[in-house]
Amino acid sequence: MIFLSDPITFIANWLGNLLLGWGLSQAAVTVILKLIGAGVTGAFGFGLVIFTIWLERKLYGRIQDRLGPNRVGPWGVFQTFPDMIKIFTKEYITPDGADKVAYNLAPILSVSAVLLTWAVIPFAPTIVGTDVNVGVLYLLAVGAIGALGIILAGWSSNNKYSLLGAFRAVAQIISYEIPMVLALLVPVLLGRTMGVNSLVNAQQVWFIVFSPIAAFLFFTSSMAETGRAPFDLLEAESELVAGFQTEYSGLKFGMFYVGEFLHAFTISALTATLFFGGWRGPWAEQLPILGVAWFFIKTFIIYFVVVLIRISMPRLRIDQMLNFNWKFLTPLALILLIVTAVVDKVFFIVLPGLHLMEVAIPWVRAGVHLLVNILIILGTINILKSYTIKDRPVVAKPRPVAVAPEPPASVIS
Amino acid sequence: MTPEQLIFIVVGVVTLIAALSVVTSRNLIHSALWLILALFGVAIFYVLLNAGFFAVVQVVIYIGAIAILFIFAAMLTRRVMQDTGPQSNSNWWIGALIALLLLVGLAFILINWPGFTTPESDLANQSDRLSQLGLALVSPNQYLLPFELASVLLVAAMIGAIFVSGEKKQ
Repeated sequence: MIFLSDPITFIANWLGNLLLGWGLSQAAVTVILKLIGAGVTGAFGFGLVIFTIWLERKLYGRIQDRLGPNRVGPWGVFQTFPDMIKIFTKEYITPDGADKVAYNLAPILSVSAVLLTWAVIPFAPTIVGTDVNVGVLYLLAVGAIGALGIILAGWSSNNKYSLLGAFRAVAQIISYEIPMVLALLVPVLLGRTMGVNSLVNAQQVWFIVFSPIAAFLFFTSSMAETGRAPFDLLEAESELVAGFQTEYSGLKFGMFYVGEFLHAFTISALTATLFFGGWRGPWAEQLPILGVAWFFIKTFIIYFVVVLIRISMPRLRIDQMLNFNWKFLTPLALILLIVTAVVDKVFFIVLPGLHLMEVAIPWVRAGVHLLVNILIILGTINILKSYTIKDRPVVAKPRPVAVAPEPPASVIS
Repeated sequence: MTPEQLIFIVVGVVTLIAALSVVTSRNLIHSALWLILALFGVAIFYVLLNAGFFAVVQVVIYIGAIAILFIFAAMLTRRVMQDTGPQSNSNWWIGALIALLLLVGLAFILINWPGFTTPESDLANQSDRLSQLGLALVSPNQYLLPFELASVLLVAAMIGAIFVSGEKKQ
């Protein structure tokens, strides 16, 4: 029964006891189990991306009124495998004058940065890679490594389009990190913890109810971090060939490709974890395996939204993108953070005088925060309205396009 | 040998080699990459010391911000891919002397320090050390003043950067 309800812990205990029986010390067993866990999590991530690539291509096709992949296996599910084999057999081309070490290191860095994120995502109450108590900071640290991979790829290719792509990537990823950090601080403030699993534990009421603005800010800025449409400025085909990955071929390009798709799925998982209650759902605590199901249902719903946005939005211009970040997202995030901190503190000062029931407290708290969030949204919309273009500047007098020509004098007379 | 000691030795060797390569490597970007590896090694030491917060902050600030800034600045220099020119100038022996003196001094202090030979005692309050750190930074009896001073310094630097790089209004 324990195996059915919580297989991962069961296997880990069994393996640990087996290794202890062979005469290994406790510390060595811990290290071996951690290594196996890391391998399994990484392999799981790669396995998942095989599926999500198919899913995204299928959705892409359907929304564009095409069939999408449909030849290999039922509904083309196995389409990714032939693609994989094809990409394995392609030639590796290293351009002349490329910096070999950095050129080969870049794809590895950008994939590993995404995979490292999975170490702290809780799939179920008991199925967590590592429950570090600074999980939220860890997520940011890992994101920085991904930026490093892109910069190295752009610089080491010895190609001006790659370099331009890398410059844009730096501008985009580093500046969108700011609203992301500020938005991440709101769940940390509400949950009073920085551990990711503890944040899920703290969500008796999902944090999206507490703070829809924070969820929006986090979702938008992490969309920008993935570098996909509408934020795919770093590989804009019409301007930069393929941006930082122009010179890559074969499996090295495949690494970037896999990294991008996995990143898109990872941000859905993070949004689900931080704002939609992660593994929380009916009976998840009694039956941890059910938590995995809830987690993936939420993640796939958000992933669908990510794909939908990617497909239906046109690409922004670079100045629009940076203005959007610095003039809209960042000030909003700052105001939200300050207001949330003050409101939460005041709520807990006023709370003893209210005589609420124990069960109702999180709901009342969520309601207060939601109200404040709605006020901020209304205020933001009013401020934005004052910046709308009310009438276009008139540069010339209106001139009719088709005017009946004056009849020649000979006709009149 | 416990696994912890094994990890410590391996990481120590890698960190030292990386740190040495930062100064001996002829290419600026390679130096920056070696620096990142060395900083990672230091982050792992923090983890081995049970200081997860400092490990992550090390990665966020030193690798995520400072090393990326180094690489970005080096990318903008011209002919960064060519490895020409001498690596040291005629003052190399002064530098070596200062480094040696520093090493001797540090070793001397460490050997005379009683904590060098006694094994560390386990830290109390395993779980909420992080919140203790947070409270220490804002409590007036502890580190409030240095913390605020550092913040003011950073704000001044930021305003200065905006002033220097901003467009001059005529």
